[in-house]
Amino acid sequence: MARSLTLTGLDKSFGATPVLRGIDLSVNPGEFVSLVGMSGCGKSTLLRMIAGLESPDRGRVAIDGQDVTEADPSDRNLAMVFQSYALYPHMSVRQNIATPLRMRQMTLAQRLPLIGRLLTPAALRSEIARAVEDAAETLQITALLDRKPAQLSGGQRQRVALARALVRNPAAFLMDEPLSNLDAKLRAHMREELAALHKRLGATFIYVTHDQIEAMTMSDRIALMSEGRIEQLGTPDELYHSPATLTVARFIGSPTINLLPAEADAEGRVHLFGTDTGLSTPARGPLTLGLRSEDLRIAEQGLPVQVLRCETHGADRYIGARVEGGEDLRLTLRQPTLHPAPAEGQRLHLAMNGEAAHLFDAEGRRASVTRRERVAA
Amino acid sequence: MLRRYLPHLVLALGAVVMLLPFYWMGLTAIRPPAEVFDISLWPIPKHFAGVENFTQAATSVPMARFMLNGVIVCGGILIVQVATAVPCAYALAKLRFPGRRILLSMVIAALCVPMQALALPLFVGLAKTHMLNTYFAMMAPFFLSVFAIFLFYQSFRSYPDEILEAARMDGFSEMEICWGLVLRASLPALAAFAVFSIVAHWNDLYWPMIVVTKTELAPPPLGMLFFSDAETGANYGALMAGATLITAPIVICFLLARKQFIAGITMTGVK
Repeated sequence: MARSLTLTGLDKSFGATPVLRGIDLSVNPGEFVSLVGMSGCGKSTLLRMIAGLESPDRGRVAIDGQDVTEADPSDRNLAMVFQSYALYPHMSVRQNIATPLRMRQMTLAQRLPLIGRLLTPAALRSEIARAVEDAAETLQITALLDRKPAQLSGGQRQRVALARALVRNPAAFLMDEPLSNLDAKLRAHMREELAALHKRLGATFIYVTHDQIEAMTMSDRIALMSEGRIEQLGTPDELYHSPATLTVARFIGSPTINLLPAEADAEGRVHLFGTDTGLSTPARGPLTLGLRSEDLRIAEQGLPVQVLRCETHGADRYIGARVEGGEDLRLTLRQPTLHPAPAEGQRLHLAMNGEAAHLFDAEGRRASVTRRERVAA
Repeated sequence: MLRRYLPHLVLALGAVVMLLPFYWMGLTAIRPPAEVFDISLWPIPKHFAGVENFTQAATSVPMARFMLNGVIVCGGILIVQVATAVPCAYALAKLRFPGRRILLSMVIAALCVPMQALALPLFVGLAKTHMLNTYFAMMAPFFLSVFAIFLFYQSFRSYPDEILEAARMDGFSEMEICWGLVLRASLPALAAFAVFSIVAHWNDLYWPMIVVTKTELAPPPLGMLFFSDAETGANYGALMAGATLITAPIVICFLLARKQFIAGITMTGVK
């Protein structure tokens, strides 16, 4: 039952501080969209607004074309998985998973302890029990059904929270940094499982994270947020290979993109430290040249740098280096470990893969770049 | 060795000092009038007068009636206090609305107003509405307990907001969240408050003495007063037997709720 989700012109301020400014976003049925950004960029507020836990100052939230801006959280049929899992502490796992169904399908009297049992039709009770068993089976927590949340590990609680979300067959799943309380290994594992779960359910997922790796690995599309705006909305590849702004370029990719001050002359030729790079751009004046670590290589001649440190990551090695001459400019270069490691303090020359270079103008917006001739720097 | 047991020794001494009056009360309750002024702490009296004293205490005044009055008054006060303070504390602790901070400071300010300051206007009000000499008159001034609001507020504040939000998305109403989830996690605070409230109102002599003159409405301490005035004169043995009888329910009540009581006051940081 995948649903579409449309956000139009959402604004929100907390007191005098604007948190969201004119957010427009439309999510297709069955799509996995991540909201990423630094803490304080408004991504959690946006998710809570979709959930109905926060109301916008202006704008509209629609599910399947139906305006739900004023609707109560419970009337939107959305399921949320919280960072702290938010399991009901006094209920067993079974009761936790059953709660969304009990609240939706049973009357207040039927939910009363003891007497409620007599008032509930047996068919409804067994229907709920079956749904709980199914959800538990999907997430492989059948053995834990009679435990209390306090008796579970972080990963198990995470599964219970997911089971509680999927048992109600929601219009969309909202996830607020659900993996950030898990250790690194479990996080990588749960990432895979979440992606698989998304594929199997075919449901709409909105996923909030500050971890660009989570966003890159799971999403169909990523909305990168900064200061209450969506900086760029696109597939992980688009964000990585053609970042729309400097903010996006800085945020996406690990290690962080290398940024160098460059300048375009009157003909649009891009110079780096006074040397022509062989790149052209329609922009003029001071620019920022962005290069991913894999787009730099050690060469006979080119940009002179001094090696600061080498970090081995199995197959790859990250070489941190400082640009020689003046300012404290640092670069990271990625190199297969097959090559011998340079010594600390060693002097190297770096060449760049001009095709992969990104240019940003003084406002931080992407400027187009073309290659004229052999790369000099 | 000494370092390890010294704190226990000090605490034990403190406990002896605290318990001595109770011991003395129990001792007097089983002594005949001749031995009442004996300063010996020896637990066995020369003539065991416990039966006479307790019989006199239980029969010469309607002791059961006093106890029942005490239960009605304390129970009524406690029920209304909890019913009003819990939603109030929940709203202050967990809901966002304009004026919340001011209301909270007013609650804290109200903690500083002593009961005695309000006694006169309350008495006049009750007299004008012809409600003196009723259970209501004994209970009404205590229905709204700022102490309870503050205690529950402290305890509710630590309840995770994400669970409340999960509950709202699941379709819980605010009242269901308040009573079914938040209070449920604060049962130690509830137990602590119940002990505070019951002890305070069971032992209260001041207010019942002001608004009640009929014997059949008197709660235990006021009953005791009638008892010592009218019937016994200087029979301290019987008086102490009566005191033992009316103290017992409180001690039992505390012993039952002891674990939660201690958890409640340590958790909320209120003493």
